[in-house]
Amino acid sequence: MADAAPIIEIKDVTKSFGSVTALKGVNANIREGEFFSLLGPSGCGKTTLLRLIAGFEQVTGGTIVIGGKPMKDIPANQRPTNMVFQSYAIFPHLNVAENVGYGLVRKKMGKAAMTKEVDEALAMVDLGGYGERKAHELSGGQRQRVALARALVMRPKVILLDEPLSALDKKLRDQMQHELRSLQKSLGITFILVTHDQEEALIMSDRIAVIFDGTIAQLATPEELYRRPATRKVASFIGVMNFLDASATGGGDTPYQLTIPALGKVNIDAAQAPAGLSAADITVVGVRPEMFTILDEDTGSFEHEVQGTVTSTDYYGDMTYYTVALPGASDPVTISMRNTAGRAVARDGAKVTVGWGADSIVLLE
Amino acid sequence: MPRLSQESRQGLTLLSPTLAYALVMLAAPLAMVVMFSFWTQDYLDLDKTFTLANYREAWTQPIFQVLMWRSLKISLIVTTTTVILAFPIAYYLSFHVRSRKALWLFLITVPFWTSYLLRVFLWKVILGYNGVLNSALMNLGIIDEPLTFILYNANAVVLTLAHAWAPFAILPIFIALEKIDRSLLEAAEDLGDGPLRRFWRITLPLAMPGVVAATLIVLIPTVGDYITPKLVGGTDGLMVANMIQIQFGKANNAPLGAALAVSSMIVVATISIGIYFAGKKFGGKVK
Repeated sequence: MADAAPIIEIKDVTKSFGSVTALKGVNANIREGEFFSLLGPSGCGKTTLLRLIAGFEQVTGGTIVIGGKPMKDIPANQRPTNMVFQSYAIFPHLNVAENVGYGLVRKKMGKAAMTKEVDEALAMVDLGGYGERKAHELSGGQRQRVALARALVMRPKVILLDEPLSALDKKLRDQMQHELRSLQKSLGITFILVTHDQEEALIMSDRIAVIFDGTIAQLATPEELYRRPATRKVASFIGVMNFLDASATGGGDTPYQLTIPALGKVNIDAAQAPAGLSAADITVVGVRPEMFTILDEDTGSFEHEVQGTVTSTDYYGDMTYYTVALPGASDPVTISMRNTAGRAVARDGAKVTVGWGADSIVLLE
Repeated sequence: MPRLSQESRQGLTLLSPTLAYALVMLAAPLAMVVMFSFWTQDYLDLDKTFTLANYREAWTQPIFQVLMWRSLKISLIVTTTTVILAFPIAYYLSFHVRSRKALWLFLITVPFWTSYLLRVFLWKVILGYNGVLNSALMNLGIIDEPLTFILYNANAVVLTLAHAWAPFAILPIFIALEKIDRSLLEAAEDLGDGPLRRFWRITLPLAMPGVVAATLIVLIPTVGDYITPKLVGGTDGLMVANMIQIQFGKANNAPLGAALAVSSMIVVATISIGIYFAGKKFGGKVK
């Protein structure tokens, strides 16, 4: 995967709309056959980047190269990309088969071949036999599948998806996430997904570019992104993170020696930190809720332990989220525990022992 | 079901002023015209025995046929010209005017601020023998003597009507174009269409309801127009409505006038239905 050639190279891309700057110097290489996500809050520029790749907007500065070819002055209808629109953009005056075959008409492949291609694409998205349906007879999920089939049938190098699942209900969305992912893996086509839903990005992607304010804040695999977010902003955007005040010495070739008032003193391996982080810049560290453990007879003892008081509990069935006040911490921390068999749910006001490990400390830029 | 009947009572009460108005002012006169068309004028009296003689005359007399054909021809030319000229304006308004759309729409309606009669007279001033156009062309040395084919004939009627009805054609087309989801156009482009092909495959079919509406709005009233032909049409620009007016007035043959009116109503209705279905066929079932 790591050596795959880049299918899309984005070099120093900037984009302004009048006085508003949407993208300021974006660099990224998207590899052939990967599922790549552009993740960020609304208005961060992720959709603009997707539209620049599709050719609906022109870059203000920098270049976009697709398949080794610079895309400057190449209009959307000549680019090897196809888009699944957020609104699906199903042509209302055409039926499903005509929608899916829309782009094939230009390829002059003959009616029989076209029908075959359309049927195959519809079968791929589980809509076999729906060809005669009109657009207004379809449900939201079916429209989404038609939009996908319409892009797939063109056999593009890259499929661009602009928040394709945001209009679907939760259950359908979960199902489509897996279907999209397995379809992408079996076809080997590069997918670029724009989403504001961090969970969706984590589930579906090979790599994720987190975009804030028109720049890529971090580009990493889902696991790296979750375990080693580079900045506090990324850390709070992806999942839940406890931020604890801290100060540090050391760094470089030697371990960082951290003093965390809430937890105590601990040495952290330099490899665990973002590259080039200076100890003087460390004012806060992150710990994920599931990295803390509330000790009972079954959990044994931990490398580091600290006493705390439960101030509130949120019971989710499979999980319980505890808010625990630690003596040295300015704010209480959130701790999540899986409700395994035999595990008692601690009540509010209970005194608990919290266990944690040095490898769960996230150093932030 | 008392609740439902109460609801329908409420509905009828709400509707009744309009309904009464429509019945008295529209349905009743129309019914009278139809009744008249089956009677006979007997000097100052009406012979109320049922007869189809008026229709026989209306459909067989060459003068009526000529007038009907001319009316249809003129109003079809007017409609085609108006809609073809209105489409680019509506398109420009909808797709290329970013701010101040309302101002543009407002400006399009400016001609309505003056009376229609005044506007027709203005065309006489422009197109007349010593009119603006002729004197300008003569001063420029392009022509030696005034052009006479531009006023008091069918051309002048077409020109005047096309100008007068332009806003009625622009507005429905503009609204249909505004309703087109712009992502559909991007999708068509994304799937390989250039601008022309995209226009033919997406924009035009989806704008069809507006085009049909514009066509009918212009066609139906222009067939029956009698002011314009009278003022700028000369003798060979007269239309069927002028003849209907003459029958009801000077000729004192209201039954024949009524038969002519009902006949042209039937002809126009038939053509309109044809246009409606043709538009629907081309535009597909647009929801």
